[in-house]
Parts: sequence; structure tokens; C-alpha cells
Amino acid sequence: MDLATAILLTVVTASTPLLLAAVGELVVERSGVLNLGVEGMMIMGAACGFAATLATGSHAAGVGVAMLAGMAMAAIFGLLVLGLVANQVACGLALTILGLGLSGLVGQGMVGQRVDPVGPVDIPWLGSLPVVGKLVFGLDPFVYASFALVAGTWWFLSRTRAGLVLRAVGDNHASAHALGHDVRLVRFAALMFGGACAGLAGAYVALVYTPFWVTGMTAGRGWIALALVVFASWRPWRLLFGAYLFGAMSIGQLHLQAMRGALPDFLVLPGQFWSALPYAATIVVLVLISRSRGRRASEPAMLGTPFSPDR
Amino acid sequence: MAWIVLEKRAEPSLAMTFLSPLVAIALTLASSAAIFAALGKDPLPAMHAYFVAPLVDPWSLQELVVKATPLVLIATGLSFCYLSNNWNIGAEGQYVMGGIFGGGAALALHQTGSALGLPAVIAMGALGGALLASIPALLRIRFSTNEILTSLMLVYVAELLLDWLVRGPWRDPRAMNFPQSVAFDVAVPILVEGSRIHVGAALAVLACCAAAFVLGRTMKGFEIRVIGQAPRAAAFAGFSPARATLLVFALSGALAGIAGALEVVGTMGQLRPSISPGYGFAAIIVAFLGRLHPFGILCAGLLLALSYLGGENAQIMMKIPLDATRVIQGLLLFFVLACDLLVLHRLRLARRGPA
Repeated sequence: MDLATAILLTVVTASTPLLLAAVGELVVERSGVLNLGVEGMMIMGAACGFAATLATGSHAAGVGVAMLAGMAMAAIFGLLVLGLVANQVACGLALTILGLGLSGLVGQGMVGQRVDPVGPVDIPWLGSLPVVGKLVFGLDPFVYASFALVAGTWWFLSRTRAGLVLRAVGDNHASAHALGHDVRLVRFAALMFGGACAGLAGAYVALVYTPFWVTGMTAGRGWIALALVVFASWRPWRLLFGAYLFGAMSIGQLHLQAMRGALPDFLVLPGQFWSALPYAATIVVLVLISRSRGRRASEPAMLGTPFSPDR
Repeated sequence: MAWIVLEKRAEPSLAMTFLSPLVAIALTLASSAAIFAALGKDPLPAMHAYFVAPLVDPWSLQELVVKATPLVLIATGLSFCYLSNNWNIGAEGQYVMGGIFGGGAALALHQTGSALGLPAVIAMGALGGALLASIPALLRIRFSTNEILTSLMLVYVAELLLDWLVRGPWRDPRAMNFPQSVAFDVAVPILVEGSRIHVGAALAVLACCAAAFVLGRTMKGFEIRVIGQAPRAAAFAGFSPARATLLVFALSGALAGIAGALEVVGTMGQLRPSISPGYGFAAIIVAFLGRLHPFGILCAGLLLALSYLGGENAQIMMKIPLDATRVIQGLLLFFVLACDLLVLHRLRLARRGPA
């Protein structure tokens, strides 16, 4: 395997958790709910998924438990935001604080422990092709799942009746309610999907990206995923582009740091500057996107607006 | 079958305005006991170590004030943001930036014996916090960029900047390669003899009183509340939401910056790679628990300070992991937000399910 292939493979592993978490949040936001707790759901997915794999030795169990953990977190959020009409921004923050704390409790006995990482799929013949064998047919199952999720989400949102209802709820909940749709049920279902995706993204971080437990190992990826949804203007296919752009950038800065000896002088900066780059770039990208005229039109109109049927 | 249904009250309940935070605290205490039990600890001694022991020891009562000081300062500023519907969640970064600017001022005045030390530290801290906070404000005003995400991203940037400074240019060459600055010699007056309670505690109370006056008695405070509660009415009244956004962001950034500067120069005495146990995020809880009212924030700040102290105490006495503190803080915020409902609604038992 040559260096370029190796770098491209690390880009894929850096992008996949972002894509998984973002596609879930995209559906949630399309239904009109802003769940800022992605980071909390993700780290809980990572902690519980890792613990389950450590206990059972089974990756499938780890992934299942991670998705359930994400959904459980999302259910708490849904209960407050949909049932009790609580403030969505503050509840999302509470979810993140709670998730970071709970994951620390779950993971207190696991620090430094290791699991076997989920390996790439093994396809006979196709996998041994030059270049594409590794890059197209030799990735881990999560990567294919993330592509399938993006395609499925696009199909669901734009080609099915249920997707139309979900978008209607997100764009005008009063009208959707008047038409007889159960706004809170639709939103709760969307939240469950978002929680499962965030849990899956957490499982990816803990079972593939760094297969040993580190406290707070999602390191702000949940927040980047939130930014990616805005970047993508709430459209699934653009998410794919955004996630890989960010993945490439975060891997690129690592490689630039590693080869500092070969760089021109003006690029030899302290490591902290390179580490800050993805966050600073997120701000720049958010500014560029919010300048574009199309964004206002594509933002779900009810995003973050509370709904209660008796009003 | 009986259901619990929510009924909208004709008008907000005054009693519940005061009672709902107390209900939230009671629910948090009950669930903390459950968490301690789930961790395999005896709940009663754990609850005692967490919530009572710090209150009966004179030393920890002083520490309570030391820890409440930054929380109250930051939360007071944040209440202005949240009242006007500006979602500044990056107070942690503004606090760190204040620490950097205030620490920088202390470094610049090191061994000069200047009498201007403390004012310079406070002013520079306020400037650093306000500068960082005005970035998301200006981006929101100019490009309508979402301030939630930008203010949060700047937390990471500020933390990395601090990390670089204390490992690089500002490292004390005699610190045996430890990442820390020299010990500052700017005198920060101590309020209570023999304690670590410094002038910041007085500033925090002052900030609360000033905020109560501005919000309750001045046109500017009225403007901020109207912009938050009724943006259309504010537009008809000719209030500028853009100017208010910049003002509340700069104000909350300045207060967080002062908190950071005084923590670094007064409490810690030097810069280190990490200068906050999450004060900036805990202050968000303080703001909501205090119902965005300055005097409520004062009480809530002491309570959150208790959660930090209790967490440390329970770790030493009962080997309860520090992460339990975060769980309890997260639950507290959830319960506070859930109990807010009681102000506008009443719970009623009904025979049939909601229609």
C-alpha cells in the first residue's frame, strides 16, 4: 500500500463519524428540532458501545448498544423539548454536559483498555484489485453504511410521502397539525433516528478510529457535525462533500505537522495552530455559507421553534 | 385510566417562579442519590459528603465563595444574552481569553511594582473577553451566521492559544520544563483574612446589583428584554437588535474575561495550560437556574460552586469519580428547564387521555 492510498484511507476514517452523526442531525433539523446534544449522544454511544464490545467481544453487540445509548439520550431530549416544550438550545447543552459526565462514569474502569478494531470488509477478487481494491472495496462496513444512509435519507426526504410529512412538520408545524399529522410523533421519530446515528458515529470512533477508551474521545466531533448540517444547507448529498472536506482538512493538518522539516518556513507553525485550524475553518465556512442567498430558503422554517398542540 | 395533563395557566404563577427552581433542585438531589447507589456507594454518606460536608467546614465555606465568584460573574453577563435571545455558549472561551489578556498584563508589569497592576489586569481581562465575544456577534449581525456554533468553536481556539502561550513564549524558563508562567506579583486584595476570597467576590456581587438595576430600572434593560420576548414590538419601538446583540455579547464577554483574569492572577497566581474546570459551561446552568435574574444567579452560583466542592470532597472521601459532578450538573439543567413549565402550566389528573 503506497503512502497516498494510506492517507486517503485515513481521510475516510476521519470523515465517516462526522458523516454518520451529521446525517442523523440533518433529519432532526428537517423536522424542525434543533438538537445541540449531538456531542453528548455521540460520546455516550462511544462509551456504551466500547463497554459492550469489551464485555461480549462482539462488534455487533457494541454497535447495537451504542445506537440504543444514542437513542436513549435523544429520548430524554425529546421528552423535554416535545413533551414539556422546554427551550431547545438549553436542553441540547444539558444533553451534552450530561453525556460527557455519564460517559466518564461508564468508562471509569475502561481507561487504557483495548478492543480489536472492526476490520475492513473482505471481498474476494475485488479486494485484491490494484488501488481501487483497497479504496473502494476494502473499507470497513461503517463507511458503506454511511454512504447508504446518505442515499437513503435523500430518497426518504425527497421521494417518499413520510419524508414529505417530515419536511412539512419542519417547515410549518401549525399547518401540518391542522392537516391531522401528529407533529410531536414525527419529531420524536426523527430524534430517535438522530440519536441512533450519533450513537453509531460514537461506536465508529471507539471501535474503529481509536480502538481503546479515552475519556472525552469524540473531541468536539458532534459540534463539527452540527456545523456540517448548516454547511450542507440541510441537503443530504452536500453533507457527503462537507464531511469529506473536513475529514481531509483534519488529516491534512496532521500530515503537515508531521513533515514540518520539509515545509517552507512560513508554514512551520506551532502544533496548536494546526489543531485550531479545523475549528477556525468551521467558522469561516459557516460565514461563507450564511452569505449565500440560497441558505435562508433551505433552512427549515420551524427550526428551534417550540410546538404544543393546544396552542 | 387517569392521565396527567398539562393545563395552561391564565397567567404565569408567581409562586411557581420561585418554587420551580427549588423543585428542580429537589429532583436533582433525588436522582443524585440514585446515581450514587448505581455506582455502588451507600447513598446517605455519599449525599452527606457531596452536599452537606462542604457547608459545615469553615475552609470549604470560603472555597464556596472562591468558586462561586467566576460562576456568578459569567452567568450575570450570559443572562443579558439569553434575555435578548442571543445564544452565547462560548463563555468558556471568553473566560480563557480574559485569563490570557489579564495574565499578559500581569506578565508585562512583572517586577515593576506598579500600583496600576490590578486595574490593568481587570481592564485587559475585560477587553480580551469582549474582543473574543464580539466575533460571533459581528458575524451574526453582518452575515447572519449562527452564533451558537461560532461562539462554541472559539472556545477550542482560545484554549489552544493558551496552551501554546504557556508551553511556548510565556513559559517560565526556571519551571523545570513545566508548562506554566512565572508566579505573578500583582497584588490582588484579599477580602477575608486567611482565605482565598479576593476582590473578585465583591465585583461579582457588584455586577449582580448593577445588572439588576440596568435590567429593572433603565431603558436599555427594557430594550434588551423586549427584543428577546417580542422582536416585532421591539422593531416597532425602533430598538436596534443588531446593536443590542453586539452590546450583550461584548458585555457578557467582558464579565467572563474579568472572571478569567481574576482567577488567573488572583486565585491561581500563574497561567497553566488549563485554567477552568468548565466554569463557562456551568455558568450557563447558573444563569437558567437563577431564572436569568441577577439575584437568582447569585444563589445559583453558590449552588453550582457547591457541586464542584462536593464533587472534590466525594472523590476524596468516597472515591466517587469527578465525572459524577458533570452528570449532576447536566441533570440539574434538565430539571430546571423541565420545571420552567410549571410557571405557565399546571398539572392535573384527568380521566381520559389528552384529546
